[in-house]
Amino acid sequence: MAINERLSGNEAVSFAIKQINPDVVAAYPITPSTEIPQFISQYIANGEMTTVYVPVESEHSSMSACIGSEAAGARSMTATSSCGLAYMFEMLYIAASNRLPITMAVVNRALSGPININNDHSDSMGARDAGWLQIYAENAQEAYDNFIQCVRIGEHKDVKLPVMACQDGFITSHAVERLELIETDKVKAFVGEYKPEKYLLNPDEILAVGPYDTPQYYMEHKKAQTEAMKNARKAIKEIAKEFEAMTGRKYDMLEEYRMDDAEYAVIIIGSSAGAGKEAVDELRNAGVKAGLIKVRVFRPFPDEELVAALKKVKGVAIMDKTDSFSAAGGPLGAEVKAAIYGKVDGITAANYIYGLGGRDVRVEHIKQVFEEIAELVKTGKAPETYKYLAIRE
Amino acid sequence: MKTIYKRPEVFTDVNTSYCGGCGHGIVNKLIAELIDEMELREKGILVWPIGCSVYADKYYKMDAICALHGRAPALATGIKRSLPDKFVMVYQGDGDMVSEGMAEIMHAAVRAENFSVIFINNAIYGMTGGQMAPTTLLGQVTSTSPYGRAVASSGYPVNMAEIMANMPGVCYSERVTVNTPQRITATKKALKKAFELQFENKGLSFVEVLSPCPTGWGKKPIDAMKMVDEQLIPIYPLGAFKSPEEVPAK
Repeated sequence: MAINERLSGNEAVSFAIKQINPDVVAAYPITPSTEIPQFISQYIANGEMTTVYVPVESEHSSMSACIGSEAAGARSMTATSSCGLAYMFEMLYIAASNRLPITMAVVNRALSGPININNDHSDSMGARDAGWLQIYAENAQEAYDNFIQCVRIGEHKDVKLPVMACQDGFITSHAVERLELIETDKVKAFVGEYKPEKYLLNPDEILAVGPYDTPQYYMEHKKAQTEAMKNARKAIKEIAKEFEAMTGRKYDMLEEYRMDDAEYAVIIIGSSAGAGKEAVDELRNAGVKAGLIKVRVFRPFPDEELVAALKKVKGVAIMDKTDSFSAAGGPLGAEVKAAIYGKVDGITAANYIYGLGGRDVRVEHIKQVFEEIAELVKTGKAPETYKYLAIRE
Repeated sequence: MKTIYKRPEVFTDVNTSYCGGCGHGIVNKLIAELIDEMELREKGILVWPIGCSVYADKYYKMDAICALHGRAPALATGIKRSLPDKFVMVYQGDGDMVSEGMAEIMHAAVRAENFSVIFINNAIYGMTGGQMAPTTLLGQVTSTSPYGRAVASSGYPVNMAEIMANMPGVCYSERVTVNTPQRITATKKALKKAFELQFENKGLSFVEVLSPCPTGWGKKPIDAMKMVDEQLIPIYPLGAFKSPEEVPAK
């Protein structure tokens, strides 16, 4: 029987880590992900886990320690937020290029500066090209479910890449919600034992991890990395199917909400999808054909799924919870537009920056976005390239 | 009537975010008094860290820069090198300096930078909610060492004042505390000395302040004051580990 519980996102992810019982967790506290290493060290101290916990002095070292232990064949995990993730930056690339499937709980928080401890996606979006998979949760249930699936996806033989399991800081990480946990034996069976193909101190194979790569080979290695990222699409879907068979909860690259006959849509990531769905419901009751696409997996990018979902849509608003300061839009906006270019005819697309540094996003804000998109479609006026939502002018 | 005490002029009227019984507030006030007495307000820049003192820029009517976690000495280096005749104070806690910022403080000392570093050691990560720090005492209970810090998994406490005294680029290193009125007076004296030394071109001046953390330690303020005597001082002895008289100008 599944376990009904009331937990915060941080508690849910920590519980998943306890159930998985990885070989190594190395972490350094940073708000709002601090609770995860805290709960884990308490589980370990109470004998509920056998994981080796390394209380390192920085995030640069937590990622380095995870790289070391994962290279040695140990299933390794960490958690971080904001500047902690930014401080790992060079090591993120090492983990990905050495094909080390570390699972990292990212509790999304605005990057400094100015310093701000609240939620947006600037931290993980800043690391979007590091070669990690990125899977985002809308709520605590998804944070828990995603984390368990992330371990399998990253370790999949055709993938072997590290994975960020992202949830929104405070909104998801600290708010307590009702959720359904899976029995520990089932989680353990689902995740399985980690059996890396290559690892240090294998007596049958001498191995150097991360040696100097010359121009004659470097590009082939990068190509192999991108092929692995492509393979991840299939792995994500397969593993989601298995997960659904176990729990009844369905996951994919995207979640489409009331999109079947939608004329107007918003594309959004993370917890704000909740407010977005409420806005869609209210608009549907008023006779507007509104729909929502929640991007669950940002890396690999769900380009084909977006094209399919947007085929019949007249106007779409792409919602970015970070700005990329290109002066032309946010990262999701740029990538969605690139994905649908030449593949979806006659669609009006606008890009909104919202919710930075914890700015509240309400149902009425999303409804306003729908109204603006409908107006743009109706008047045929070219949309502004991108705009800030709910901003003090 | 003769004024025998007044609120330091440099202070704003913002309430601090420090908990009751915390040492930060005492040290912040001593710094404010010295800024007034030494007339540093117009010619100084305060470099604040990430930690419990993250809001300290709001307490002083004085120019400030907020460093990222651990980076204050590197940031201060840039300021002091470009404005060598100005007063530059670095303020860091143990979570900031001794963990993530160890490289920056060590290399500021290696380079013999002419600024003052105030190091608040409360043997715990205060702001994030009482996790184990590199300065946490053996056996000390924190939220990440619920049965006490163990050597096997977490090694030993770090004695920064002694380490800094061993660096040729440091001209003054002293450890003080603020758990009695006499020691608060001694702390002010040490801070004043550190502030004066940055204009003598002798290198870095360093003051470590043992600070009670009732919230992080899970103790009443009075018991936290006692814990400084009973548990911290035996591991982190008070006193000057290097006197500026021993150090020639660069």
